[in-house]
Amino acid sequence: MFAPLYKYGLFGAEVSLVVAFVLGILFGFTLERAGFSSSRKLAMQFYFRDMTVLKVMFTAIVTAMVGILYLNLTDILDISLIYLNPTYLAPQVAGGVVMGIGFVIGGYCPGTSLVASAIGKIDGFVYIFGALFGMLVFGELFPLFQDFSTSGFIGDATLMQWLGFSPGTVAFLVILMALGMFWGAEIIEKKYAEKEQEAVPENETTREPDATRTFKTVQA
Amino acid sequence: MSDKQEKYWSPYVAGFVLGLVLLATFFVMGRGLGASGAMMRVVTYAVDTVSPEHVDGNVYFAKYAGGEQNPLNNWLVFEVIGVVVGGLLSGLLAGRLKWKTDKGPNISTTGRLLFAFAGGGLMGFGARLAKGCTSGQALSGGATLALGSWAFMFTMFAAGYAVAYFVKKQWI
Repeated sequence: MFAPLYKYGLFGAEVSLVVAFVLGILFGFTLERAGFSSSRKLAMQFYFRDMTVLKVMFTAIVTAMVGILYLNLTDILDISLIYLNPTYLAPQVAGGVVMGIGFVIGGYCPGTSLVASAIGKIDGFVYIFGALFGMLVFGELFPLFQDFSTSGFIGDATLMQWLGFSPGTVAFLVILMALGMFWGAEIIEKKYAEKEQEAVPENETTREPDATRTFKTVQA
Repeated sequence: MSDKQEKYWSPYVAGFVLGLVLLATFFVMGRGLGASGAMMRVVTYAVDTVSPEHVDGNVYFAKYAGGEQNPLNNWLVFEVIGVVVGGLLSGLLAGRLKWKTDKGPNISTTGRLLFAFAGGGLMGFGARLAKGCTSGQALSGGATLALGSWAFMFTMFAAGYAVAYFVKKQWI
């Protein structure tokens, strides 16, 4: 095994910052190309009109997950050297609730707000100031949350340990779940597109009858 | 929206590319991507500039900038600068650079901006509570099958769907 390259000492801390910048560019470019620079597009997820967020996220998770497991299986990547988010169940669930509410109100998540601002979205800039303010408040009030923020600690817990399955089985289940959700997302998007089509006044529906079936191309 | 504007990638293509970028990050660095951690460092930097004593006296701020530490000298901060550059680059090539506020037809611009600030505030607070955001927890922790990250991801989306009805006017 020779990866993660950084952990195997292929380059030092200073070079790692250059690597960070390059990976960040790729990350930001992809987020923008996915359409995540638009708060309305992101928010439509919560009204079943546009399920792009779900599709992009789970395709990305499945791709990276399968890649990691494959590279580990072929003795290239040492999984034990990869950072695993520690589990603090209580604050993570509470934080998830607060963020979910913030997501549908604010329209962005922190990463997407940066990409939105980069292309000139004013609500993106305002969102960033809001987020910085929220973090300042959290920091100032931290003494009140200190105990809660470390509660429900289970350490390096994984879905494998929780379910008692092998990594391969869990990966298979995640893939099945993702495919199920993609299938559902396509159906639900189509349903809402048809509903909106019906709502359009007569004079605007001048398309060929066949064109109404491929809503993806006409929707934009 | 102008006709010259380039279309977005198909969600599945974008997700696959995003997955490869995430995989490359794990392969090269042994860690995932993030966003909110870098924002916290900017906040801490600002507090540290105003009052270093205040930073040293607060456990949370001190973690990032206690003593002589510079909170901005950090992997995530450089990654996030890249995110902004990458987003700008994509927007430039696609003809999407434009000053604009995204909103539904039934809300004023001022109203939308107030919501953006409030939502951002909740997200900033929540991200620190959850120890990460959609990038650091849901995406990176999701791909490594971390239990807490999956719990976070599902509660976040469930909460979003639960309250969506009440802010419908903002978007539709």
